[in-house]
Amino acid sequence: MKLTLKIWRQKDASSKGQMVDYTLDGVEGDMSFLEMLDILNEELISKGEEPVEFDHDCREGICGTCSLQINGEPHGPDRLITTCQLHMRKFNDGDTIVIEPFRAKAFPVIKDLIVDRNAFERIQQAGGYISVNTSGNTVDANAIPIDKHAADAAMDAATCIGCGACVAACKNASAMLFTSAKVSQFALLPQGQVEAADRVQNMVRQMDLEGFGNCTNTGACEIECPKGISLENIARMNREYLSASVKG
Amino acid sequence: MSGLIKSSIARKVVMALSGLFLVSFLVIHVTINLASVISPDFFNEASHFMGYNVLVQYIMQPILIAGVIVHFVMGFVLEIQNRNARGVGYVQYKGSANAPWVSRNMIYSGLVILAFLGLHFYDFWIHEMTYKYIEVSPENPTRYYAETVEKFAPLWRTIIYVISFVLLSLHLWHGFSSSLQSMGVNNKYTPALKTFTKLFAVVVPLAFAFIALYHHLNPITH
Repeated sequence: MKLTLKIWRQKDASSKGQMVDYTLDGVEGDMSFLEMLDILNEELISKGEEPVEFDHDCREGICGTCSLQINGEPHGPDRLITTCQLHMRKFNDGDTIVIEPFRAKAFPVIKDLIVDRNAFERIQQAGGYISVNTSGNTVDANAIPIDKHAADAAMDAATCIGCGACVAACKNASAMLFTSAKVSQFALLPQGQVEAADRVQNMVRQMDLEGFGNCTNTGACEIECPKGISLENIARMNREYLSASVKG
Repeated sequence: MSGLIKSSIARKVVMALSGLFLVSFLVIHVTINLASVISPDFFNEASHFMGYNVLVQYIMQPILIAGVIVHFVMGFVLEIQNRNARGVGYVQYKGSANAPWVSRNMIYSGLVILAFLGLHFYDFWIHEMTYKYIEVSPENPTRYYAETVEKFAPLWRTIIYVISFVLLSLHLWHGFSSSLQSMGVNNKYTPALKTFTKLFAVVVPLAFAFIALYHHLNPITH
C-alpha cells in the first residue's frame, strides 16, 4: 500500500519543530508500525536525509519504550497494544497517517518523536519500591500468605510498563494512572504496608512537581493503556493518599 | 497536612466535595419546586420557611454560596493548570475515541451553569433581598407562588432556563459519578452507583425543566 505520512520533525529540544510530509510506497499489511518507519528511514538515509528518530527496544510490547501519537491516539487506533504491536493491516492504501510525539510539558521532546520520560523514573524513585534487607536473611515472599484477589489485583497494577500513553491520551496530561498503578502494586500486598503512607505521599508530591495535569476522571487513560490498567487504581491511590495525609 | 493542601488529589477532593454538596442542595431545591406544581399552598409555606428561617438564611445560605464559589473557582484553577500541563498541543487529537464529550467539556457546561446562576440570582435572590432588606416590605407568606409563576411568563426566560437544565444534566452526567471516583469510591457497588448518578443527572434537570414549562403554559389568570 501507498501511504502519506505526516511526521513531527524537530532537530533538538531547543529547536522549533514542524510537521513534514513523506510518501511511502510498498508497505505490507504484515509489517509492524515500527517496521514501516524503519523502511521510511532506510529510504531517507539512502537519499542522504536525516532519519526520523523514534523510541523502540523490545518490539514485543513489554518494555514500554515505544510511544507515538498515531492519528490522534497513543499507540494508534487498536486497543491493549503498544505501537510495536500495531500492524499496518489496520490502515488502507492511500491513507494519511499523522505521527506525533507524546505531548506533555513533563515529557519534553528530545528529537523528532522521542520524548524525555524520566519524569516517570523520578516518580518511581520517590517511593515505588519496598525496602528489603538483602544481606542474606531475606524472607521468601511466597512464605507470606496473600489473598488471591489482592495478589491478582497487585499483579494487574504491576503490568504497567510506564510507556506514558495515559499522559499522552489525557486531555490534562495527567499521570495519575501510572502513579496509581505503581502505588497500588505495593498497597495491595503485605510487604508494601510498612512504607505505604510515605510511598503514596512522596510519589504524588513528585508527580505534582513534574508538572503533570490534574485528573478529571475522563477515563481516556484506561481506554488507551496498552496494559489495561484500571481506574480502580486511581481511586485506591486517592484513598491511600487521603488516609495517609489525615493520619499525618 | 501542608502537602495535602497543595496536592492535585486535594484539588480533586475539593471539587468532589463541593460538587456533592451542590448535588444535595439540588435535591432540596427540586423537591420544593415540585410543590409549586402539586400544591401552591405548600410551596408558599416552604418558600416562606426558607426565606425567613434564621438557620437557613444566616448559616445554610452563606455555606451554599461559599460552596458555589469554591466549586467554580477550583474548576477554573484546574482548567488553567490542565491546559498548561499539555505544553505544545497535538496537531491531531482524537479525544472522542477514548472519552465522552461531557467529560472533556465540563468547563463549558459549567460556564453555562454559571451564567444561568447569574440570571437565576437576579430573578429570585436579588428580588428577595430587595423585598426584605431594601424595601423592608412586610412578611407575606402567600406571595411566592404567584411571583414564581409570573417569572416564567416570558418565553425567552423559560427557554433559557430549559437550555440551562440540559447543560446541568450534562454536567451532572459526568460530575456526579466523577466526584465519587475522586473520593476513592470504586468497588463492587460502583456499577449500581453509576446507574444511580446517571438517573439523577436526567431526572432532576428534567423535573426542573418540567416545572419551568408548566408554569409558562399555566399562567395565573386574574
